[in-house]
Amino acid sequence: MTIDSMSPALSVKNLSVVYGGYHALDQLSVDITPGEAFGLVGESGSGKSTLLRAVAGLAPVTSGSIRLQGETLKPGRRERTYYSRVQMVFQDPFGSLHPRQTIDRQLLEPLAIHGVGDGERRILRALDEVGLGAGFRFRYPHQLSGGQRQRVAIARALILEPTILLLDEPTSALDASVQAEVLNLLEQVRRDRRLTFVMVTHDLGVVTHMCERIAVLQHGRMVELVAANDLVAGRITTEYTRQLMRASEGFVRASGLAA
Amino acid sequence: MRPLLHVDDLKVSFPTRSGLVEAVRGVSFTLGRERLGIVGESGSGKSQTGRAIMGLTPPQARISAARLEFDGIDLLSAPPKLRRSLRGGRIAMVLQDPKYSLNPVMSIGRQIVETLRTHENVSRKVARERALDMLAAVQIRDPARVFDLYPHEVSGGMGQRAMIAMMLVAGPELLIADEPTSALDVTVQLEVLSILDRLVADRGMGLVFVSHDLRLVSSFCDRVLVMYAGKVVEEIAASELGNARHPYTRGLLNCMPTLGTNRHPLPVLDRQPEWRL
Ligand SMILES: Nc1ncnc2c1ncn2[C@@H]1O[C@H](COP(=O)(O)OP(=O)(O)OP(=O)(O)O)[C@@H](O)[C@H]1O
Ligand SMILES: Nc1ncnc2c1ncn2[C@@H]1O[C@H](COP(=O)(O)OP(=O)(O)OP(=O)(O)O)[C@@H](O)[C@H]1O
Ligand SMILES: [Mg+2]
Ligand SMILES: [Mg+2]
Repeated sequence: MTIDSMSPALSVKNLSVVYGGYHALDQLSVDITPGEAFGLVGESGSGKSTLLRAVAGLAPVTSGSIRLQGETLKPGRRERTYYSRVQMVFQDPFGSLHPRQTIDRQLLEPLAIHGVGDGERRILRALDEVGLGAGFRFRYPHQLSGGQRQRVAIARALILEPTILLLDEPTSALDASVQAEVLNLLEQVRRDRRLTFVMVTHDLGVVTHMCERIAVLQHGRMVELVAANDLVAGRITTEYTRQLMRASEGFVRASGLAA
Repeated sequence: MRPLLHVDDLKVSFPTRSGLVEAVRGVSFTLGRERLGIVGESGSGKSQTGRAIMGLTPPQARISAARLEFDGIDLLSAPPKLRRSLRGGRIAMVLQDPKYSLNPVMSIGRQIVETLRTHENVSRKVARERALDMLAAVQIRDPARVFDLYPHEVSGGMGQRAMIAMMLVAGPELLIADEPTSALDVTVQLEVLSILDRLVADRGMGLVFVSHDLRLVSSFCDRVLVMYAGKVVEEIAASELGNARHPYTRGLLNCMPTLGTNRHPLPVLDRQPEWRL
């Protein structure tokens, strides 16, 4: 396997994912630079998770190509070594955690598979990094709150020290204080390990805080690709992005309904 | 007006292998026909409070309350049959992990239809139409396609809206919405909130709105409870959230990344033992 440091960390070309005639992704292309933090925002159902899942080999690619560090990925299940380079935090942490295994076991398993030693210390550190004490170690997923499950999923993705991290709404289940801690942690590991992020979020504050460039998706297509500082300054070109900016200011009660 | 819901000194705890976990440690509030926001730290007992009202506390848990009463019905002593008939009918709850709370082997549409037919005597055909209308109301673009999809075939935000549709279809008087819009893009989020808003304003529904989104809670709710470590540490008018007094609440407001501020790293909370009350 050759890892070419000059090529994009991730390059997606004309990618389509079609489910029974429905285009979840429609000819999407994007290049992500090594070390970049790239954001995905957009309409619910527009294909954001599908894009990450396709990169992780979990969505059926109808046409187009995905290259990782210069290497074209073959369709279907990824090899084991792939997961020491790319890790994903899923949108539904409940679904990605094994219901009948303790947190300890779920953190140990990736280490065991990849022959990484020093499990005990790594597990305790990983839990501590996401603000969960050792008391959570032997619980099962259903014995955790929503945000605690999300943090376990983040800990599990980081424990193998991947070079590319696919993050699907990593902090939407967290209160602002824990969110701040997790975002700081993600920024720090990105700096320390020169990680590449692809991050889906609905929060424009979070995406502009974390990412350098942002793609806006609608109906399986990219309708805008914008630098974070241009988005902040309102230098945007499509009506849909403008709507998102307006809506992110909060709820406005329709006149006549005010309490 | 008589409150719809009384919660007085609610406690929920779990015996575990590493000791007793006290998830809810004496929560009290009343709810009228209003929008009550609950915010609070991850793990502070928000979901377990909602589940206790709904009657979805896991069987191994210990639950107690001086009073837990919905429209004159004592919920803790109510027979299981009565509680079942309230659930999904007069009291509904949008659960935090919608895709895993939906039945994985039944299509989205059929689940909404079944819920409706459990609580109302309507024909299959009418139920189907109402389910499709409900999906359209929560801004599902293509209700006829989504009706036949299974939970694993819909996006996070579509699953969340399917759950909302299922919970609203029987016209509840009390809705507990646990992070109901966390997976929705901001434009769809506002559409869904305005549906809930109309149900409160026009039909007098009582709404408990659990959310981490302070911007949304302060602009949408009437009152807000702030929870920390199983207790309510502050109650405040939603519009006054910016002037909160409790150091946890103030800290929360300070550590949100917002458009145009550039703070790396973000400020974090220095949690004090005395916040645990
Ligand atoms: N297995 C499947 N079968 C049929 N349709 C599917 C399947 N998986 C995804 N889809 C469809 O693909 C579309 C895109 O879904 P995706 O999960 O990528 O959206 P998203 O942008 O992540 O939305 P959200 O913000 O709500 O999570 C949706 O309309 C969904 O119903
Ligand atoms: N079955 C269980 N056994 C042991 N502890 C549990 C169980 N279920 C929940 N807990 C604990 O109870 C506490 C409260 O959980 P709850 O789900 O109410 O939190 P929450 O405020 O909704 O948090 P979040 O914002 O993260 O969803 C958490 O610390 C959680 O770990
Ligand atoms: Mg998604
Ligand atoms: Mg919760």
